[in-house]
Amino acid sequence: MATTVHEPPKIEPGSLPSHGSGNGGWRNLVPADGDLRQVRNSSPPPASTGIWVGLAAITMTFAAFTSALIVRQGGAPDWQHITLPPVLYLNTLVIIASSVTLEISRRRIAAFMGGLRDASQKASPARWLYITLFLGLLFVAGQTLAWLQLTSQGIKLSTNINYSFFYVLTVAHALHVFGGLGGLARVIVKLKKAALKRSTLDATSRYWHFMGALWVYLLLLLWIKL
Amino acid sequence: MHDLSAPAVHHGAPTGFIRKHVFSTDHKVIGKQYYALALVAVFVGMVLSWIMRIHLGWGSYAIPGLHFLSKAGAPGDVMTPEYYLQLMTMHGTIMVFFVLTTAPFAAFGNFFLPIQVGAEDMPFPHFNMMSFWVAFVAFVVLIASFFAPDGPTLGGWTQYAPLSAVGAVAGPGQGLGVVLWAASIGIFCISQLLGSLNFITTTLDMRCKGMSLLRLPLSAWAWFITSIMALTAFAVLMPACILLILDHVAGTSFFVSSNEVINGQLLPHSGGSTLLWQHLFWFFGHPEVYIAIIPGMGIVSHVLITNMRRPLLSHRVMIYAMGALAVLSYMVYGHHMFVSGMNPFSSLAFSFPTLIITIPATVVVLIWLGSLYGSKLRINSASLFALGFISMFISGGVSGFFLAQPSIDIMLHATYFVVGHFHLVMAVAAMFGIFAGTYFWFPKMTGRMMNDTLGKLHFWLTFVGAYCIFMPFHYLGIAGNVRRYQAFTDDYLIPLIPVHKFITVAAVTTGLVQFIFLYNLIHSRFWGAPAPDNPWEGTSLEWSTATPPPHNNFGDKMPVVYHDPYEYNVEGASADYIMQTSPEQLTNPHDEK
Repeated sequence: MATTVHEPPKIEPGSLPSHGSGNGGWRNLVPADGDLRQVRNSSPPPASTGIWVGLAAITMTFAAFTSALIVRQGGAPDWQHITLPPVLYLNTLVIIASSVTLEISRRRIAAFMGGLRDASQKASPARWLYITLFLGLLFVAGQTLAWLQLTSQGIKLSTNINYSFFYVLTVAHALHVFGGLGGLARVIVKLKKAALKRSTLDATSRYWHFMGALWVYLLLLLWIKL
Repeated sequence: MHDLSAPAVHHGAPTGFIRKHVFSTDHKVIGKQYYALALVAVFVGMVLSWIMRIHLGWGSYAIPGLHFLSKAGAPGDVMTPEYYLQLMTMHGTIMVFFVLTTAPFAAFGNFFLPIQVGAEDMPFPHFNMMSFWVAFVAFVVLIASFFAPDGPTLGGWTQYAPLSAVGAVAGPGQGLGVVLWAASIGIFCISQLLGSLNFITTTLDMRCKGMSLLRLPLSAWAWFITSIMALTAFAVLMPACILLILDHVAGTSFFVSSNEVINGQLLPHSGGSTLLWQHLFWFFGHPEVYIAIIPGMGIVSHVLITNMRRPLLSHRVMIYAMGALAVLSYMVYGHHMFVSGMNPFSSLAFSFPTLIITIPATVVVLIWLGSLYGSKLRINSASLFALGFISMFISGGVSGFFLAQPSIDIMLHATYFVVGHFHLVMAVAAMFGIFAGTYFWFPKMTGRMMNDTLGKLHFWLTFVGAYCIFMPFHYLGIAGNVRRYQAFTDDYLIPLIPVHKFITVAAVTTGLVQFIFLYNLIHSRFWGAPAPDNPWEGTSLEWSTATPPPHNNFGDKMPVVYHDPYEYNVEGASADYIMQTSPEQLTNPHDEK
């Protein structure tokens, strides 16, 4: 067995990365033959990639639910049309509005971070975040109202398969929305402490917009299929 | 407000015991925790297999103390038919999820992926910590089902509906046992999703200066490809588990059809699709096979190259082949359902990609064999287990050609032929990959060398033992021996009992041999010879840092990479091997670009 102790790595002086998050970002396929000049000194913040990875997993989960719905519907003798609680349509407007307010907020904070604060904007950049958080909570409250309306009519998860899918999909979505609300709360806290990273803000807003788009998709699915 | 280039990961070294060793965010500690979990799980799984094998060889033999596990399941220490199935289910579930997924992927991947890409840590260390502890909770929930009133589920690791979805009426363990099983697996899915999120982001965003994607070692590539599969596959299994639990606790009818009568009882469910479960499960299940084996392919390539002192015939084709296996693994899942009653044309559609997937698998094997041909391989425990991996993968893979064809599969389905096939190609091969990785990386993980003589003894006994156990399975299958039978009373099965006795002796012996490994592992951990930083004269980044690596992996200076991962025996170079961090200019490198 060989026991040679190799010399410690030689580090090129003056070209050390400034931090530990790496520099070989995924778009960075350049270096060969020791030529490091073309290598960018900072990789994309992990949150900006991580959020897409996370959204891919959520997409797969809801794709699985969707395919389950389609397979279960095929040839099922017990498939009965149901009427969706009308409050869902109002909730759809609320979650779309929350995406708009979040986008306004994101742009203002981005400008604020970049030192481009418009003198006419006297309000705190967090104001629109509070509005988004409120709209998010309103959406969850609206969904809860829809469930309560159904249960008060004696409609449970097991009443028929259409309602089973209705409850499963809406609850699964609402749980993911809770994650988004947590993210928004975290952004507000970090903003207050002046410790907010741009990548955190962007990742949170992508997640929230995705929740809005996912809800519109689910509503269409429920409306068409159920 | 904020500097966009601020460090993503900068958690200082913890000092307290709890944060250092228990709830640690250090990827190296988490890797070791996963390894420990796999070690405990494999011991439980192995003991279960011993109990089953003894019962299969000598059905009336009382196994002392078995009634402590379950009074109802093993009255007088002799197990009931149902209890045999319950132990079999737990054996499969524990081995597939908590050993074959955790050890090669989560354990070694956690420890070495960030180091091999040149990062301080994973980008989301708290998610990483949660990943392990969530997996731990999943294991506890699964083990808890042993202590449920009527024991764990007996439905097999595939939990086919409708029997898995109707509750206690389907047999012992089919009530609470299934709920605990589905909860455990659902929780495990969350764990692997958190882990995959970190693995993917680490590979894409955390590479050090100069580390382009093609400069990643093959082990890092394997973990990267596996993490993409784990992300997409476990994200599908989790909703399936949720729907299964709802069929139990909420009375829904996702998987149970109308007018189902089980054990004389008419069930209240209506309209469910039993095939739906199989579709959801196998969409996860077949990629899971590759989640278990692809990390082994990466580890074995890495180990062999270091010991051959030359790169593979093609680094790039190896990566493409592993990628092709990953993509195709999603298109072949229906080959598990040839006899499920689905449309026969679907069988054809799934048979074709199943035969196609043998092409990248064959390419992988040919690259190994071609690279080995004429090489002066350094023989040590790690390289032997790497060779053993290739042997098992070929032996188990060849039987896959037969099973891929629906017409032959109709005869061989649910026989011991299938059991032999998947144990060799997936389970034993993956175990050999785990052993190769352990002997190879143990010095870096612990700072001490393992005993090579004991390692070689461990290899030869395990290699012979594994073939003695699993080769006869093929014979049994061709002879018509159906799997999941706990006793062989039919005329045509009685002559096969001596074969079962032989397998049992081989299984118990091979299992006992593993205690040589366990002894070597524990003894070397505390009393092994101190390991140098680069004992195998490797080139990748894990050999550039101290042994064991410091908290932030590379000390004060982050590495800079100048070379492809496997520059061995380069013409005109100053040494037999050029490390990735060496600034030496090579006039004639092994060029993969």
